[in-house]
Amino acid sequence: MPIKKESTDFAPTYEALVIGVSAGGLKALSAIIPSLPSDFPLPIVIVPHRKHETEDYLVSYLNKRSSLTVLSASIGAPIKQGCVYIAPSGYHLLIERDKTFSLSIDGKVNYSIPSIDILFDSAAIAYQETLIGLILTGANNDGSLGLRSINFYHGLSLVQDPKSAEFSVMPQTAISTTHVNYILPLVDISDFLIRLLME
Amino acid sequence: MQHFEITQLLEAIYFRYGYDFRHYARASLERKVINRLRLAKLVNISAMTCKILYEPSFFNLFLKDMSVTVTEMFRDPYVFKKIRTSVCQHLKTYSRVNIWHVGCATGEEAYSMAILLDEEGLLPRTRIYATDYNNHSLELATRGNYKADKMPQYNENYLKSGGKSSLSHYYQQQGNIINFDDSLKKYITFANHNLMKDQVFAQMHLVFCRNVLIYFDATLQNSVLNLLKESLIHRGFLILGDKESLDFSQQREYFENYANKERIYRLCANL
Ligand SMILES: C[S@@+](CC[C@H](N)C(=O)[O-])C[C@H]1O[C@@H](n2cnc3c(N)ncnc32)[C@H](O)[C@@H]1O
Repeated sequence: MPIKKESTDFAPTYEALVIGVSAGGLKALSAIIPSLPSDFPLPIVIVPHRKHETEDYLVSYLNKRSSLTVLSASIGAPIKQGCVYIAPSGYHLLIERDKTFSLSIDGKVNYSIPSIDILFDSAAIAYQETLIGLILTGANNDGSLGLRSINFYHGLSLVQDPKSAEFSVMPQTAISTTHVNYILPLVDISDFLIRLLME
Repeated sequence: MQHFEITQLLEAIYFRYGYDFRHYARASLERKVINRLRLAKLVNISAMTCKILYEPSFFNLFLKDMSVTVTEMFRDPYVFKKIRTSVCQHLKTYSRVNIWHVGCATGEEAYSMAILLDEEGLLPRTRIYATDYNNHSLELATRGNYKADKMPQYNENYLKSGGKSSLSHYYQQQGNIINFDDSLKKYITFANHNLMKDQVFAQMHLVFCRNVLIYFDATLQNSVLNLLKESLIHRGFLILGDKESLDFSQQREYFENYANKERIYRLCANL
């Protein structure tokens, strides 16, 4: 599979990867994050939908299994390579232009807090064409408009192949809402990222 | 370009109305501006600046956009548990207690605290001040009406926080609306207070400022924290939101950690 970005002749340098995932997320993330090497060149920021809980099970679960450092995104923290940041439950996560995190508790967007659209829209403004967005399994529509923003700023848009998704609505909606650069089966996603960014 | 236009918009608002949004965290503000732009079918942010300058009613809409937020009763129950089991022991040593909820939104946090204090026998000696800069929220808070279908979740939080009876003990229900009892309301004063410009108005034993600082940049956070520090009595308590901390602020040295996880701080003794 050729993985140079379409429509441009030069390989763009990417600076960050944002991922949105809803129902079925634990399995999908477990198939990607632990397979990435510790020198994976981009920071990764993930919005998973879940109930507001005090203890963040997902963070420790993924961290134990990954060579990258998985941690909860905190306000004002600079976004660093080698880290995978998870949006805390009960807050929207945003990225500021100076590439630090901020949080808000404004109303739900797409019935969700955190909302994938909110992260993706703000990240698209902050990173412009150097951003990669990825939509995984889920049973609602969150993230489609966010992925469209990433396209608008000429970032790279990726969606999990709905056929490989535990819940296909979210990737399917993304595909029908906006132009998507690559549609990838779950098992291929980590390899794709490694080849795109590390070779 | 968009960044520049928003900067201009904020300058215009400050000049015309005295509200200083220049020190708000930009990403979430920008999102609200763009949403309003689309709803009002304006061509660009500069057009919005113009409309805001000349139409105070449009500015009011903007103000409302900026402070539409959500809150809940006994959010993070373990915090209220710590207040109940520990902070209250200190409050009991005073004959009069002042409590301030900064950025109280629609009031759920203030009613939560009134209930807790009632059960700890502290309510009769307490005055709760609950302030926000959003008059619409304050109106709702003063009325004390909330949707009944939220109550099961709130009651669960209440019980987790160490609640001694049932939330339903404190309100009357009519249809899908509940109304908190006057026996709670009479201890709470809801009032407008704008952290961008207003000053300290009383000496407080305990200040809640939860999930408000997240909207501000470092400069405004510092000036607000300084104001809160000034409002506290000797050895007073400050409670921040679950994801907020004093760690990188200039006020850090004035406070000791009282309860880390709960984000409860206390003014140092040697000030
Ligand atoms: C997310 S709510 C917090 C509600 C509650 N404390 C909680 O934690 O659930 C944030 C509140 O801060 C208020 N706020 C924002 N800027 C303010 C300012 N400059 N002055 C006073 N209140 C402000 C908003 O109107 C909003 O009601």
